[in-house]
Amino acid sequence: MANGGKTLEIRTSPHILSGYSVDTIMFNVVLALLPVAGFAVFAFGLAGLLTLSMAVASCVLTEHLICRAAGKPSTVGDWSVTITGLLYGLTLPPSLPLWMVAAGGVICVALGKALFGGLGYNTFNPALVGRAVLQAAFPVAMTSWIPGFAAGRFSSVPSSTLTLPFTSPEYDAITSATPLALWKFGREATATSDLAMGFISGSAGETSSVLILVGGVYLIARNMMSWRIPASIFATVFVFSGALHLVDPTRYASPIFMLFSGGLMLGATFMATDMVGSPMTSRGCYLYGALIGVVTIVIRTWGGLPEGVMYAILLGNAVTPHLDRWTRPTIYGAKGKEAPT
Amino acid sequence: MASSKSSTDEFIKGLWNENPVFVQVLGMCPVLAVSNTAMNALAMGLATAFVLIMSNIVVSSLRSFIPKQVRIATYFLIIATFVTVVDYVIQAVSLDLYKALGAFISLIVVNCLLLGRAEAFASKNTIARSTMDGLGMGIGFAFALFCLGAVREILGNGSLFGASLFHDSFENWVVMILPSGGFFTLAGWLLLFNWLKQRRAKREATTALGLRKEVA
Amino acid sequence: MSHSELATAPTPAPPSVWHMYRAMVGVGVFCGLLIVSVFQVTLPLIERNKAEALQKAIFQVLPNASTSTTFSFDVDGGFKLLEGDDVGQPLVYAGYDDAEQLVGLAVEAQGMGYQDVIALIYGYSFAEQAIIGIQVLESKETPGLGDKIETDPDFLENFQSLDVSVRGDGSALANSVVPVKHGEKTEPWEVDGITGATISSVAIANLLDRSAQYWVPRIRNNLRNFQGED
Repeated sequence: MANGGKTLEIRTSPHILSGYSVDTIMFNVVLALLPVAGFAVFAFGLAGLLTLSMAVASCVLTEHLICRAAGKPSTVGDWSVTITGLLYGLTLPPSLPLWMVAAGGVICVALGKALFGGLGYNTFNPALVGRAVLQAAFPVAMTSWIPGFAAGRFSSVPSSTLTLPFTSPEYDAITSATPLALWKFGREATATSDLAMGFISGSAGETSSVLILVGGVYLIARNMMSWRIPASIFATVFVFSGALHLVDPTRYASPIFMLFSGGLMLGATFMATDMVGSPMTSRGCYLYGALIGVVTIVIRTWGGLPEGVMYAILLGNAVTPHLDRWTRPTIYGAKGKEAPT
Repeated sequence: MASSKSSTDEFIKGLWNENPVFVQVLGMCPVLAVSNTAMNALAMGLATAFVLIMSNIVVSSLRSFIPKQVRIATYFLIIATFVTVVDYVIQAVSLDLYKALGAFISLIVVNCLLLGRAEAFASKNTIARSTMDGLGMGIGFAFALFCLGAVREILGNGSLFGASLFHDSFENWVVMILPSGGFFTLAGWLLLFNWLKQRRAKREATTALGLRKEVA
Repeated sequence: MSHSELATAPTPAPPSVWHMYRAMVGVGVFCGLLIVSVFQVTLPLIERNKAEALQKAIFQVLPNASTSTTFSFDVDGGFKLLEGDDVGQPLVYAGYDDAEQLVGLAVEAQGMGYQDVIALIYGYSFAEQAIIGIQVLESKETPGLGDKIETDPDFLENFQSLDVSVRGDGSALANSVVPVKHGEKTEPWEVDGITGATISSVAIANLLDRSAQYWVPRIRNNLRNFQGED
């Protein structure tokens, strides 16, 4: 270039780029998550803030250290691990001891991401891997919820948050049940407006459905997220739980309740749409969403746990490679479905 | 068969270089199922080791007596006999242990490690070397099970051999004593072993290179 | 060295049938002898262990008992104090408190579980007309799943007071012991199952029912056998 001559650049495909790099997309996802995180801090005060900060910090630090240990450049700058940390933090009960948050963060990145080969190879959503391990390891702590909007939430933290590492938490504040647990164990429904606005107890980030939807709409509007997956999940959940509700309204909760309670909104909008773990084809996306929706309702209705979104999405992630293969489009001019390999 | 190898080498290889669990990844059923406490794991490992040593000795001493066509059936007969013996002995020693190990004692019969060593080693080697091989492999297996059992018991129950290690407020990692914990722990140990192996291979390569340079 | 070469070298002539029989039968006889001798040596030890475990189990299922006596049952003659090694007749174990009052009976029961036969002992209280404790003696249920029948506190709570009262005419139980799904227990004779270990928990309920249907009426009809012997 310096001598004024033109160089011929030879590159492999793709030659047409969308203009979005990984960093741009990931940064925008972080932006879309910020209102949700902000509401979590507003609702749960210092406990929410500490949980989220510790989740992000442990994930980012683990990624950095693993890159260093592997002798590769640190990939912290592409924002993807920040998303993992944020999402992971948002799925946790706000009063979870910080040492458990940190341990889970290490598991998220080390087990869920780095072991599979880093960004682009993580078959399972790393945030959910961390949460699933915590759920199995500390079943009691992972299902102890504090009520939101407590009076002194900005000046004090629940005693369980600052539990010493490797010791059991003690809960002083009144723990309260999530709407799903209320329904599962007491057939007690919660007002839809409370569910939508987030005036309920639950994981740090799953309470405000409205803000989650705002973030999702922003990403879809900028064409950074597949709308098919959340749409398919919501439609499946609505139809399936609606059909059950029609059969017996006293046993099966209403479809609106199913849509707005628990981690369904957060999971469907931000976790099921993870680009690595979701199918590539449109038809695959619909099937993937339907599978997640059905499994969620099956677990919520007949399973032993009140909430099943996490397992539904992890199962969906596992099925994704098959969905991609089954829904492979026919190559132009080729006969039948068998594409040359 | 490398004739230059001494009996000690046959013993050592089972402990480390060809460890049945961490390197050959054999006999995963008991490794994952009964390694939930250190005691269960060690008892299971020693029971398997005993059966392995005895079947190696018998198979190797009968190796010219057993025709090729019926060798597998005969090996199974021999292995099953020693498993039955171990079953009775454990019942005589401790009923509690017998209850904890349950069906997995009888399942030693189908542990591929036993048939594998009988077929691949004992049927082709002298009694002395087969004994050393069985000892090495058996102790290596018991050691590996103990490694898993110790980690799982310490994390999952806060104790080792039933003795509490930590203050009462220790939070148990319940997942570790569940079946999935077996997979996690095994994965962790395999990672460690592969890392050590790679590091050694690298170091050997560099020293070999250095030697060659010096010679040059 | 030479041996290994011999073994790996191709053997063109297949050995005669006689060689195969010789190897199989020879090894079989050797193995059989070994098993029988080990069995003979360990049998007394195993029996002593089992007897000790049984003693411990009796006091566990009859918490108020301080001594126990073994009775054998004869279909015609009722219960008799066991003398010597009278094996062959079914046995029950009566528990007495410090004042030598009969508190209850411990009865052994067996039934098919998921993997193999489950053997257990249960305590029957005369005062409560109920099973007041069980202790699994032998089970090969899957570790972590089926063996919850021994560890699951919710499940064991069933047997702190499981109603086995007798019908008016004393011929059978008023209500059969029935297994129900976890969390659906409403009656004192129902056994609350274990989620994820359905077969094993149902097996326990069924074997208790079968045993109690047989024993409880017979025990109540022969009550004086246990009190008279003191």
